[in-house]
Amino acid sequence: MIRVLLTLVVVILGSTSCTDTRSHARAVFVLLDISGTYVNEIDKARRIVDYLLAVLGPGDSLAVARIDSASFSEKDIVASITFSDRPSMANAEKRAYRAAIDKFAQTVRQSGHTDISGAMLQGLEYLEETGAGTRYLFVFSDLQEDLKNDHVRQWTWNFHDTHVVAINVTKLDSDNRDPREYLSRVTDWREKVESGGGHWRVINELSHVEQVLR
Amino acid sequence: MTELLNQWGINSLPGILLVLTLGLLFLYAAREPAHAAVRGLGRFFHGAFRLASRSVMKAEQRLQERNRQVVLSSGREAQERLLEREFQRIHDMVQRDLSGYPALNRTLSEQLTRIEEDYRQSTEVPPQPPEWLAAVEAVARIPSSDTGAVADILADIHDTLTRAQKDSMEAYRKSCRTRHGLLKRMLPYWRRLSNTMTAVERKMTDLDARIPAIDRQMQLYEEILAKTDRAERELTSSFTTQFVVAGVVLAIAVLGGFINFHLIALPMSEMVGGGSYLGPLKTADVAALVIILVEIAMGIFLMESLRITRMFPAIHAMDDQMRRRMVVVTFAILAALAGVESALAYMRDLLAADKEALTRSLTGGATVETGFRWIASVGQMVMGFVLPFALACVAIPLESFIHASRVVLGMLAGLTLRTIALGLRLIASAAWQISRFMTQLYDVAIFLPLWVENAIRRRRAVTAQGGIAPPVLHDAVETSLKFDLRAAAPPADVTDAAEGERVVTPDAIERGGRSRGDGGRRGGKSAGDKPDLDFPPDSGSPVFP
Repeated sequence: MIRVLLTLVVVILGSTSCTDTRSHARAVFVLLDISGTYVNEIDKARRIVDYLLAVLGPGDSLAVARIDSASFSEKDIVASITFSDRPSMANAEKRAYRAAIDKFAQTVRQSGHTDISGAMLQGLEYLEETGAGTRYLFVFSDLQEDLKNDHVRQWTWNFHDTHVVAINVTKLDSDNRDPREYLSRVTDWREKVESGGGHWRVINELSHVEQVLR
Repeated sequence: MTELLNQWGINSLPGILLVLTLGLLFLYAAREPAHAAVRGLGRFFHGAFRLASRSVMKAEQRLQERNRQVVLSSGREAQERLLEREFQRIHDMVQRDLSGYPALNRTLSEQLTRIEEDYRQSTEVPPQPPEWLAAVEAVARIPSSDTGAVADILADIHDTLTRAQKDSMEAYRKSCRTRHGLLKRMLPYWRRLSNTMTAVERKMTDLDARIPAIDRQMQLYEEILAKTDRAERELTSSFTTQFVVAGVVLAIAVLGGFINFHLIALPMSEMVGGGSYLGPLKTADVAALVIILVEIAMGIFLMESLRITRMFPAIHAMDDQMRRRMVVVTFAILAALAGVESALAYMRDLLAADKEALTRSLTGGATVETGFRWIASVGQMVMGFVLPFALACVAIPLESFIHASRVVLGMLAGLTLRTIALGLRLIASAAWQISRFMTQLYDVAIFLPLWVENAIRRRRAVTAQGGIAPPVLHDAVETSLKFDLRAAAPPADVTDAAEGERVVTPDAIERGGRSRGDGGRRGGKSAGDKPDLDFPPDSGSPVFP
């Protein structure tokens, strides 16, 4: 009887492990827009990060980076971590991580330009490095890109099945005058993401973030 | 369709009538082959499904025989175990109560010897008269003259006799006192003897009370060996009850295992990592499941070693010393696992508290310290320690369930086969009925040419018989229902079939009305059977052969 049970367990485990080789870890890269008046939204961004800290578990990765004038740089990554496999250690790491984000929120300064493309590329590289099975790129921004003159951000996007979630896409004054600008902005980014093999989603109500990471 | 009809010129009433007439003529001409084809198809499906049904029924009979063997075999084993246990009890009782029988016998003998000795000593021995009494008596007969020395001598003799009597009385009283003393000393021996005999009687009564139970078990065992239907029925009922009861207990055990799993799954991630996976399953969950399964396995081994269950003949065949060692080892492993689970349960409580505190700090909520949290901690620890032992006991219902499931599943399989066989027979019958219906439907479609054919035949018959019209269907039905019970019996049960006069005689009724008036169908099947199809003689009824 026991032999039969053990054989059954081994067969089930063997068959499932043979067919399912993907990583079950999740990786989240959060981009925080600090340009112009959007820097005032940093408290909302903190709430998002807090939520992510509560939801992510042992073995998951989380990185927070700012979107400034030239964001394709590791220097713009505020904090990144892959949580320990042990839940108790992971909890301690989350506390330390939150302290780092708090410190960043208190000392953040607004940037002159908004290099969303560079930040996204940076985020995609980070997500690729983690090797996580499920990847999220949270963009906390109004999606209004404002590049320096000498910066080139034209390339073929490859999102590798990444879920790109634009959060709190605020309407600018010009959007109010002509909403087509807002729609055009969102549509442009959607096309970039989806044509690069990613999944696009816009969430303006913060409580709806829970629907993304379940 | 309309265009096609137009192309063929069938767009007018005469054209349609022409086509219909041609069609009817074609169908009329093809009536016999069409009927034969439909009947052949019906016969084919009927035969095929009946064959399949018969095959399934044979399989069901084999299964039933197998079930019977399984029931009797399992019942015999169970009964042997019961009897073995009963005899073991009696053996223990005899060994415990009657092993000291030689000592008891010796004690009883000693007590009886003492009592006998005392009794012998206490017998009354009348004092012997002195030997000189005869001389005294002779002297006493000497005539007394109240004088002199003779009187003195007699007086002395009298005194002597009086003293002798007094001494004798003293001696007799002393002897009586001694005797009474001996009898008094016998009293405790008697009491002890009585108590001993009462104890022996009680033991014998206990032993005797077990005998009827053993007799009943033996009676059932003999019936099982004789493979009687009563024994089979009793065993089947018993196994079904066992199946249900053991199933309920196992369901409860599964729920217990589920709770146990959740108690240790989270803390197991501290040991094996919370981020590693085995296929789609978390390694921590698999580890928790394995621990629970190991506990159940240890429980099974423990029960086997204690000879409570008998699932592993190898364990059952071990010598007693090895078996005792196995009991100790399995119990030690089980206790260790229970301790580990208790610790894991406590760790789970700590982790949950830490996680809760972190979540509160992240959501900005105040951390609340409750004073009675320790109750939950202790409760989880106790559950973590107790549940493994509870799961260990699952071996008992598991064994019953496995044994009973052989019988119950066999019964269910038999029931399924019977249902399939019945379904196949119904389909076979339906195929036959449908073929019959199709032929009749065919005749309905060509009723006009058939009616014309009948009319022509009737006219020919009238011409051939000199103007007497043969009965039409209406007349035939009316005349066939005329029961002339008083009429004299005609030479044959059915007369004048050619004229359609069907008279049912009392003889025919007594024979169950099996005779028919169709002349040419004598010896064939009855009117209520299959008039249109000829099936093989051994095929019987299409539904229930």
